[in-house]
Amino acid sequence: MESFDFIEMKVPARAEYVGVVRLSTSGIANRMGFSYEEIEDLKVAISEALSNATEHAYKTEDDGEVTIGFGVYQDRLEVMVADRGGSFDLQKIKKDIGPYENNQSIEDLREGGFGLFLIEALMDKVEIKNDYGVIVLMTKYLHENEVDINDDQISTTQ
Amino acid sequence: MNLNIDRNDNGDTQELKLAGEIDAYTAPQLKEALLPLTKAEGTMVVVDLEGVNYMDSTGLGVFISALKSTKEYNSDLRLVALQDRVRRLFDITGLDSIINIDSTVRGGK
Repeated sequence: MESFDFIEMKVPARAEYVGVVRLSTSGIANRMGFSYEEIEDLKVAISEALSNATEHAYKTEDDGEVTIGFGVYQDRLEVMVADRGGSFDLQKIKKDIGPYENNQSIEDLREGGFGLFLIEALMDKVEIKNDYGVIVLMTKYLHENEVDINDDQISTTQ
Repeated sequence: MNLNIDRNDNGDTQELKLAGEIDAYTAPQLKEALLPLTKAEGTMVVVDLEGVNYMDSTGLGVFISALKSTKEYNSDLRLVALQDRVRRLFDITGLDSIINIDSTVRGGK
């Protein structure tokens, strides 16, 4: 079985903790050897997931917790963000995401519609489960390692 | 992990100079400072983002609200001196085509 390190954090579902998790993400990603650009992408994606989670908790007046799990693998970082607060209508949200299109009028523009879109744009793989609370599972690969693996393959064929 | 907001009142031009991070925690502060400025007809609201080193969709949401407000009150909104990372979010989401963004102050693209 593939070995990995696992780091778990639990924070109150409040906006002031989004920055705390962002700093932790930055530390873990830096440790793994992600580039500056990739770390910035990870910070935005994870903050988006967390902002969503804190918003749900707020709406249901549930001062709950958000659990964040980091799976540190050789070639990738998997981040899970889970809130047990109120679930949302995933189909509706999926329908609402996407970049701004030129034919949209400004009046119709969604003020909060870009979070999930950015997560999908900035991460390599995104899964959302909505059965029991909301779980967002995001993966970002270390691209340097992929190159290394290819290098090895080339040398062993000789 | 905070946001500093400085306001410069030059009559018809109102400038907000931001420094720090715009996220779920600080976005409400920005909204509170920015939206009232857009409600004066004929005003040019300039938001200087040179000191902003982090922003996510909560910040985009505030600027969308402000843009809508400028259409309603016949004022103008301009974002200037964006760092590349912040500018990138407007590009990815396509919002650079409707929000007046000027990165040249920082010698950008």
